[in-house]
Amino acid sequence: MSVAAAPEASEALDAPKAPPAPAAVPPARFSTIVTTVENKPGVLARVAGLFARRGYNIESLAVAATEDHRFSRITFTVDVESSSLEQVVKQLDKLVNVVDIQELDPAESIERELILVTVAVSPSGLGGLLGLADEFRAYVLDADADAMMLSLSARPARLDEFARRLQPYGIIELQRTGRVALRMLGARSAPAPAPAPEPEGPEASP
Amino acid sequence: MSSPEKKLMQMTGGQALVKALEHEGAEVVFGLPGGAILPVYDPIIESPIRHILVRHEQGAGHMAEGYAHATGRPGVAMVTSGPGVTNIVTALCDANMDSVPMVCVSGQVPYPAIGTDAFQECDTTGITMAVTKHNFLVTEAQDIPRVIHEAFHIATTGRPGPVLVDIPKDIVDPNNPRSAMTWYEPSDDDMELPGYRPVTAGDPGAIRAAAGLIAESERPVLYAGGGILKARAADALKELAELADIPVVTTLMARGAFPDSHPLCLGMPGMHGNYAAVTAMQESDLLIALGARFDDRVTGRVDGFAPGAKVIHVDIDAAELGKVRAADVAIRGDCRLVIAELTAALRALGGGGAQPDRRAWRSVISGWQEKYPLVYEQSEPGELLKPQFVMEQLRDLTPDDTIVASGVGQHQMWASQYWTFDHPYTWVNSGGLGTMGFSIPAAIGAKVGMPDRMVWAVDGDGCFQMTAQELVTATVERIPVKVALFNNAYLGMVRQWQEMFYEERYSEVYLSYEVPDYVRWAEAMGCVALRVEAPEEVAPAISKANEIDDRPVVLEFRSEASENVYPMVPAGKTNSEIVVDPSQPDPRRGR
Ligand SMILES: Cc1ncc(C[n+]2csc(CCOP(=O)(O)OP(=O)(O)O)c2C)c(N)n1
Ligand SMILES: [Mg+2]
Repeated sequence: MSVAAAPEASEALDAPKAPPAPAAVPPARFSTIVTTVENKPGVLARVAGLFARRGYNIESLAVAATEDHRFSRITFTVDVESSSLEQVVKQLDKLVNVVDIQELDPAESIERELILVTVAVSPSGLGGLLGLADEFRAYVLDADADAMMLSLSARPARLDEFARRLQPYGIIELQRTGRVALRMLGARSAPAPAPAPEPEGPEASP
Repeated sequence: MSSPEKKLMQMTGGQALVKALEHEGAEVVFGLPGGAILPVYDPIIESPIRHILVRHEQGAGHMAEGYAHATGRPGVAMVTSGPGVTNIVTALCDANMDSVPMVCVSGQVPYPAIGTDAFQECDTTGITMAVTKHNFLVTEAQDIPRVIHEAFHIATTGRPGPVLVDIPKDIVDPNNPRSAMTWYEPSDDDMELPGYRPVTAGDPGAIRAAAGLIAESERPVLYAGGGILKARAADALKELAELADIPVVTTLMARGAFPDSHPLCLGMPGMHGNYAAVTAMQESDLLIALGARFDDRVTGRVDGFAPGAKVIHVDIDAAELGKVRAADVAIRGDCRLVIAELTAALRALGGGGAQPDRRAWRSVISGWQEKYPLVYEQSEPGELLKPQFVMEQLRDLTPDDTIVASGVGQHQMWASQYWTFDHPYTWVNSGGLGTMGFSIPAAIGAKVGMPDRMVWAVDGDGCFQMTAQELVTATVERIPVKVALFNNAYLGMVRQWQEMFYEERYSEVYLSYEVPDYVRWAEAMGCVALRVEAPEEVAPAISKANEIDDRPVVLEFRSEASENVYPMVPAGKTNSEIVVDPSQPDPRRGR
């Protein structure tokens, strides 16, 4: 079966190519930084500039307004050693528009990302595809005679797995959001109790 | 209708901007007008603020810096959009590297034209983001007083630095209804800076821990950086040093923060520091870094820097703590407050009596001082001047509290080495960025801020050719600075590196003794100018310059081109590999 996806798109997203590879679980050096910033023009550029200046690549980025319209939240995942990360966090803290910074330990936080994917549908593949959607509890958002659009919100690793399993059907288009994260309820006050294992599987309604 | 009183408070954004600068205490603005900033220049005519018209905007920036270095008050510069802004970027970066408080107001094309590639538009906030502490693009005339207040607040608190305020023309232009605003006196309560919370007091537990380390140390060194001057902590430092009997090194940014004549003063450490200062740090068991940032020019190769030393690091900027060298005790806070607390904590531990006897350490250091003093050979008759000799003469023939503003190069190192800085705020230089051309405009700014003090610019021939045009400003504005121009016909510092590290292959470092003719050039700019070629002419020329107080003076000292700055720690080497003057025994052989 031919894969109709734009190859550069799937490459950029690090989606595994056939033949199936193990799911790309981020190594532990990935860190998630959640910043609360003033909701003003140019603030994202200041924050992103700090990383760029030091040659750090931003793995994932999510920006949106918060419950208070004066502030936005920028969530990054970056791939840096802990010593450099400390320096980045301190530099971020110096930005006048940055109000708050939290470093989230992946083991103590819940991370979610959303994938939207359009897959080719053939009469022979339809059953398998619906089965896969069911297994991952993905939603069918749109469909026509030869394609189907699915959505899934889950841990990034689970999205990797989902994308890998969809690959053989022919991914036409795929988009993922940056990840967002919150500290686990049990980890909010120090000293943190051993966190409960992260719940697997589906999220609430689409 | 509004009352006449209320009506009085209506004004344009341009008027409000000038009034806001007055409100912040600005007494002088260095700048140069242009299309986008015209509406702000108009109300300057009525303002008590003195405006100094520069010949190049880089000059305005360095003047604002020199003013701030000498007075401690923020310098103010004003430029137009586009090229006005790009011309001042170097000075902003310089101020950012050396934590100099300044506010730069820049004109911008009208707000609706931003992003259209309008005439003289550039992305000012984008360009200056990385070289300022913070910058603002003001979009409403009504915000001007508040934003100017915020700009001064940010520039002068925490770790000081440059702040740029970009002002679109429409909000200041009286012909545009968008410039209408109602004046208010901005106060701290008006500020909208939820993310800006500078910390000043140090953590008491950490201060006690630091005092404990000091009380146990046998070979401590106080490593004083520019933060001492920014925090106005020179007196506090002296009290601490004397109480605990600890020798002090003053970095290039901290010359004058501790008196050179004081028996505990070791002078400048680092790449061209003196042997005793460099080696005392290297052999120390405790470095007490105060407002210093472990710059590579001080540490040499970091992994071989002061290998046996524990570190106490005090800085107002948390990002400096542990950035280069891990600290055993890191204290975030204002140097003056933390040093005072530290001194109190040491007193509580029993003061000087309760600490190890440091006489042995002191005598080891004096041994180094005696063995490796700064030396140079006097010139033979008929030879050109030795720059070190000229520097000593200048030091000895000028008042004790003379302000010296330096360029960047060999002459800068000789000035720092040979001058005796016994007062804070007498040394103005470009340390972090190393900006050639800094000295003349910085000296002008310092003289404007400190008109009763003698101000000398110590400059190189390369540097002079970068910003000499500001001597026109000095003449026209009657700012009688003096310039000691060390003409060695070379980009001397680069020549020295090519001699030492590139097998004497001299590539593009030769300038010329004769061209330009510095005396005629200086005279053309309205200065009194003298060329000095023989040692016996040096003192009379300096005395003559000292007597002139109605215009700038330039003394061109024809100096020996082959002279090198020693000691020197070659780049990439550890401080233990320090190279001393060739006439002295090589300390590396003993190791
Ligand atoms: C703007 C700028 N360009 C280049 C340099 C690199 N540089 C450092 S010192 C120096 C030579 C300075 O020459 P001069 O002013 O004659 O001083 P000297 O070393 O001869 O005393 C140069 C080119 C610099 N510091 N600044
Ligand atoms: Mg020179």
